[in-house]
Amino acid sequence: MPAIEFRDVGKTFASARGTLRALDGISFDIEQGEFFGLLGPNGAGKTTLISILAGLTRASQGTVRVMGHDVVADYAAARRALGIVPQELVFDPFFSVRETLRIQSGYFGVTGNDAWIDQLLAELGLADKAQANMRQLSGGMKRRVLVAQALVHRPPVIVLDEPTAGVDVELRQTLWKFIARLNREGHTVLLTTHYLEEAEALCGRIAMLKHGRVVALDKTSALLAGTASTMLRFKTDDALPPAMAGQARVTGRIVQLTAHDAGEVESLLAEMRGAGVKVDDLEIGRADLEDVFLEIMRGDSR
Amino acid sequence: MSANLAGAGTLFRKEVLRFWKVAFQTVAAPVLTAVLYVLIFGHVLEDRVQVYPGVRYTSFLIPGLVMMSVLQNAFANSSSSLIQSKVTGNLVFLLVTPLSPWAWFVAYVGASVVRGLTVGLGVMLVTVWLAPPALVEPWWIVVFAALGAGMLGSLGLIAGLWAEKFDQLAAFQNFVIMPMTFLSGVFYSVHSLPAVWQTVSHLNPFFYMIDGFRRGFFGASDVSPWVSLGVVVLSFAAVATIALRLLQAGYKIRS
Repeated sequence: MPAIEFRDVGKTFASARGTLRALDGISFDIEQGEFFGLLGPNGAGKTTLISILAGLTRASQGTVRVMGHDVVADYAAARRALGIVPQELVFDPFFSVRETLRIQSGYFGVTGNDAWIDQLLAELGLADKAQANMRQLSGGMKRRVLVAQALVHRPPVIVLDEPTAGVDVELRQTLWKFIARLNREGHTVLLTTHYLEEAEALCGRIAMLKHGRVVALDKTSALLAGTASTMLRFKTDDALPPAMAGQARVTGRIVQLTAHDAGEVESLLAEMRGAGVKVDDLEIGRADLEDVFLEIMRGDSR
Repeated sequence: MSANLAGAGTLFRKEVLRFWKVAFQTVAAPVLTAVLYVLIFGHVLEDRVQVYPGVRYTSFLIPGLVMMSVLQNAFANSSSSLIQSKVTGNLVFLLVTPLSPWAWFVAYVGASVVRGLTVGLGVMLVTVWLAPPALVEPWWIVVFAALGAGMLGSLGLIAGLWAEKFDQLAAFQNFVIMPMTFLSGVFYSVHSLPAVWQTVSHLNPFFYMIDGFRRGFFGASDVSPWVSLGVVVLSFAAVATIALRLLQAGYKIRS
């Protein structure tokens, strides 16, 4: 039984300008124990898909199951199996950190849960904030509480929706260490993130969404191997030849180009020499997930 | 089922704790308001109005104000909690739980009843020395206070689900709840009204709640307490059904 099953999931929103198709025929499984990445640009439908999974939004078509439980027909069992870390930094200003966690645990019918709550507080570096009111916490601390809230009923499946957006490096490290351990202990993890290096480092498998459709779905290693694997990086003040400019990733003076092999690198360099482009600080390296992502989003592959 | 019960219990306790943590605003302030009404209206009208023979105006007024406080605060509790959670976004913590629509309903309305009765009891305790209450048929007091608080708690749930902003909720409170409570006979007996307004008052379920509640104090009322009980039970059932349907549909909380 897969941990999460998406079957032909579609969602249309009615808006003033007509209907918007946010998701269109999404079908894939996430197996138990996987660390799975869901990537895509803003507006691709990642959060809508996760909202349907969590029961916050209803699908217009298709079915979603968590540990075999339909998220609509058998919502209680599905939600018990699921721990969601929402994207927005929300909190209830009436309560302390410990109260917040006890309440969240109680909603799931799990009472007398203080040993696990203490462990969560310790793991997430919140032990000395247990009695503090939520309002007094910094943004990073509030984010940690959100993670603890998602885990307080010990769900087998954990969903993190952009958990490291606007989070400092230290928390990111703490968080990933902890989540990676939970994953090793058997929890299934579904992650959406904008930080592609995170997805590359953590996720065994990745789905990429674009305009509400799955445009890539594979092992992270296969995605990296299946596309242009070499990356050419340099600085220049000159204009690139038009054909090349369309392929390049340009950040200020820095230009990145991808190539499939050494021969292609050579011809790229020759082409630039021919066009009179002066190149500084040339590096040749392995392509990363960001290159794969951009290539797929441009629609060059598949 | 037992997990759902424990979950509903948690939500109920959280909702009670929420108002109790700011009891100065949610309990003390409405008690003070009601006491000011008693002092001012009681002082001005004491010698001019006698509604029931042998009953001083202040004695007549206090039960009405107690019930008005019960109703308004029961409404305020569920409605303000929901709108706050919606506006701040923390309703998501509840939306991702396995709690059933029934559990939501019982917890929110239960906490509203507790808040309403707490404020009502506060008003009674503070005004005891102004006019010791007669408790001729006390069971009516308990029945109407509990049913009225339940109905207004349910109405608050509907308003909280419907409203998207605080000012929409304030409009509901000022244009629906306030007129219905003020025009229900808190300050007067509807028998003193012109015939047309008497008829209009009889269409207002709040009138029956207050009339039935007052019956418990004096053993006298404008209509039979059994009629009032019937009207209040039916109104509560209707409002509760709507509230539950909206929760089941995820009205304005699940897209």
